[in-house]
Amino acid sequence: MPVGAASWSFTEDDFGAIQKSLQKFLNDSNARCALLVDRSGQLVATVGEQPRFDPTAFATLTAADFSANDQLARLIGETEFNSLFHQGEQESMYLADIARRVILVILFDNRTTLGLVRLKVKQTVDELTKLFAQMFQRAQSGEQKTQPNILAGAEDEIDKLFQ
Amino acid sequence: MSMINYASREINCKIVYYGPGLGGKTTNLEHVYGKVNPSTRGKLISLATETERTLFFDFLPVDLGTIRGFKTRFHLYTVPGQVYYNASRKLILKGVDGIVFVADSQIERMEANQESMQNLYDNMQEYGYDLTRMPFVVQYNKRDLPNAANIGELQGSLNPGWEISDPQRQRVTPDPYHAGENLVEQIKSGEWVERAPYFEAVAVTGEGVFETLKAVSKMVLKTLA
Repeated sequence: MPVGAASWSFTEDDFGAIQKSLQKFLNDSNARCALLVDRSGQLVATVGEQPRFDPTAFATLTAADFSANDQLARLIGETEFNSLFHQGEQESMYLADIARRVILVILFDNRTTLGLVRLKVKQTVDELTKLFAQMFQRAQSGEQKTQPNILAGAEDEIDKLFQ
Repeated sequence: MSMINYASREINCKIVYYGPGLGGKTTNLEHVYGKVNPSTRGKLISLATETERTLFFDFLPVDLGTIRGFKTRFHLYTVPGQVYYNASRKLILKGVDGIVFVADSQIERMEANQESMQNLYDNMQEYGYDLTRMPFVVQYNKRDLPNAANIGELQGSLNPGWEISDPQRQRVTPDPYHAGENLVEQIKSGEWVERAPYFEAVAVTGEGVFETLKAVSKMVLKTLA
């Protein structure tokens, strides 16, 4: 049994590919901003207009929102809701699942429509799903261990931090 | 699951405060929020009912310092303690790196403590996480109350130790926080057991709150080292 959740990492090239895909989506859909949030509530990336709210709190609540809806889906006999939509008067958000591990959050206002966002996001979700599937596969095959462990041998420093 | 962000030079870890209802989990977070420098912490988010009972979770991000140029950022969560909120409680455990079990020392709450501890083991197992092998500390809160049970009783009931079968780990390990006590030892029946480190606290006054947080954070970082 694993000790805790599996870990994964992404390289600069992965990050570049993620950004490129999201930037294209933002251009095509006229949405304001796209955020990627890990299912445990960590913010992974932000593309587009920098949000003016606290992104850490936002990421946490997004993950909780998505997880709660996942459970609701199961209660009514669905395996998942792979997307969610929250409508506001000015600002709205669209959330989509990526490879069961990451959540894509799109923030948009009345410069675009839900229809267009939905239409354009489909291709982006497919692209990102492939990208993340590759990353997780790499993590499983142990390739990521070639990354230097930045905390290796840092026991003394950790001890000092808590003195 | 900790996240290391090389771009922003941050290590992000998730710590969950677990325990029975009204045991003081939210109070722990409120104390941390009130005491740390505002520049090193984020907003305290509380999803609570009108009567201030935690409905979904409380959340507080805090920076505990820098190691090798990386900011160590801990995301502290509490779960709703009340028994019937299990569905939402379980969600919060997703991707957890370290657990603090906040027990209510009052003798009348012994059963509630045990029920919550069992629930923690069950929920962790459902996720496939092994609680006995991850950073885990127990905090006995409300030590100032006259009806608080003694530590021996609480330890016996909530933290009696889990068996260690791996011979390499069967070595007496002293408890760094309590002189004369051991975290790993051989008990009278001959079995080797390991207990989680424990702390005494009075969360409303802040006593023991940082000791607990420091201990679990240190354990989490050491799992990465």
